[in-house]
Amino acid sequence: MVLPLWAAVVALPPFFASPFLVDLACQFLLASIGALSLMILTGIAGQISLGHAGLMAAGAFTTGILFREFSAPFWITLPASGLAGAALGFIFGLPSLRVRGVYLAVSTLALHFVVLYGGAEYEVKRGYSSGILIDPPVLFGYEIYGGRTWYFVLVAALSLAYLLCWRLVHARTGRAWLALHAHPTVASALGINVARFKLLAFVFSSSITAIAGALFAYYRGFVSVEAFSIFVSIQYIAMVIIGGMGSLAGAICGAFFVVLMPYAIEAALDLLPGADLYAGSVFAVNYAAFGAVMIAFLLFKPSGLAGMWGDLRMRFGRRP
Amino acid sequence: MQLAVNVVVLASIYALISCGYVLIYKVSRVLNLAHGELMMLGAYLLLTTAASVSSNPAVALAVAALLSLSVGVLVYLMLMRRMTGESVLAAVLTTIALGILIRGLVTLIWSAQQQYPAAALKVANPSVEIFLGARISLMSLFLVATCAVVYSALFAFLKLTRWGIRMRAAGQNTLLAGQRGINLGGIYAMTWGISTFTGALAGMLIALDSGLNNSMMMIGLKAFPAALVGGLDSLFGAVIGSLIVSFIEVTLIQHVDPLLSDVVPFLILIAMLIVRPWGIFGSREELDRV
Repeated sequence: MVLPLWAAVVALPPFFASPFLVDLACQFLLASIGALSLMILTGIAGQISLGHAGLMAAGAFTTGILFREFSAPFWITLPASGLAGAALGFIFGLPSLRVRGVYLAVSTLALHFVVLYGGAEYEVKRGYSSGILIDPPVLFGYEIYGGRTWYFVLVAALSLAYLLCWRLVHARTGRAWLALHAHPTVASALGINVARFKLLAFVFSSSITAIAGALFAYYRGFVSVEAFSIFVSIQYIAMVIIGGMGSLAGAICGAFFVVLMPYAIEAALDLLPGADLYAGSVFAVNYAAFGAVMIAFLLFKPSGLAGMWGDLRMRFGRRP
Repeated sequence: MQLAVNVVVLASIYALISCGYVLIYKVSRVLNLAHGELMMLGAYLLLTTAASVSSNPAVALAVAALLSLSVGVLVYLMLMRRMTGESVLAAVLTTIALGILIRGLVTLIWSAQQQYPAAALKVANPSVEIFLGARISLMSLFLVATCAVVYSALFAFLKLTRWGIRMRAAGQNTLLAGQRGINLGGIYAMTWGISTFTGALAGMLIALDSGLNNSMMMIGLKAFPAALVGGLDSLFGAVIGSLIVSFIEVTLIQHVDPLLSDVVPFLILIAMLIVRPWGIFGSREELDRV
């Protein structure tokens, strides 16, 4: 009963919605995949990452470079991007075995700058200084092109990612991650191989993120370092904070919130008198609003939207 | 010779910024990722004081620096104090959020254009020849001097004064320090104030030397590897770390590729994290308490 209803809810909208809304939905779906993978790393395994934009860039550039240099098909670029992400996750997760918390944050920040430097170098050296163009991918003889097709592809990708994450979190691996999040020393006393599970969290999260980056590259048909500024990493962190640490559904709510917020702000600014006066400062307003919302959630509702949902269910007499 | 001068100037910039990271980390184990933004805010405050308080450079600088100090204290009182007892993760995430908030506000208030506080203050910035044909801009010379003064003052403050000793005590063992009647909240507020003050000094002097726009926080981020290479809880280490990072950076820019400038400090950071994560002069046991 639930499943067909859900399918209808997911499947029908693109046939009625405007291209703008479909594009917005695609952005949300892509962001959700990234937010899920960051939630696994930060919310579940308790390892902070400031390098998610870098990992996305790694996936996008792997795809772009393979396509440009070898005109590799979708079936090769996607796993290759995942592998590139996994390799980066492994290398930059290595410091996490010796250091904790704050040190890790800066190691992943370094990852971001290193990957972006590599990407920029490639763009300059190969003469794609304005970005790498990518043709639409071909799947089973069909060219995936246009917002509506992409919507379904991305829905499938998100469902797959969600299923995978859900299975991992509700299994031995997830319990090990939660244990090393709560107390690494106790976790290792309980016989959990802390190093192995930390690295696993890194590798898993990085490869999913890189695949999201590859999908992003195909969806846009265009790769450029400008799309992966440090602000993007902060947006992903915002999704995790706003959604609520440790909740997979929260990650998706957070992605929804963060993707919609700039449009809501723009609409709100348009309503104010003298709209054209603010036109140039939409970016700045976005930055400030993101900071303010993140601080508000951290201070007043650390459990995020997922926590609010739990409160609501409690109030109306159902156990969360 | 010119290379050596460049190294010293860049090292002074890094050192002046990274002492803010070190102070806050040393005392409260929080990594302040908004330090670059706070530094930028200080530089923008200088623009405002130059326009509204006084066009005398010394007065404008002093007022802006004092304002920054109070901004630092306010950040602790209004924001970081509420994160007491939360996990380190939450505190670091709060500073990230604060950073992006400041970036937005700065752009809203002062616009995103390149601005020159030196012009507003009518400060000339001639290039001075010091020895053997090596040249340095007057502001850079001033920055190197400021860095030396700030570090001497900090060393004296931490070693000799009552408040400095309390600050070290709070950093070494928070619980014992609290039980001995040290006002921890006051110490932390003071630390945030001093850290923002020194950061703002760096920001203002860089802005006087080479102008100001809203990507200045990148310099703040690049200074972090310097602090880590030296050891995050060692002020002396920050100086040595700054020298090492700036030496490698200047040499590589000169001989390999100018584009490397943005990435070299972070490559050094990775190398350091893998080889010796607690830094050259940092204490190893600190890591377990993170």
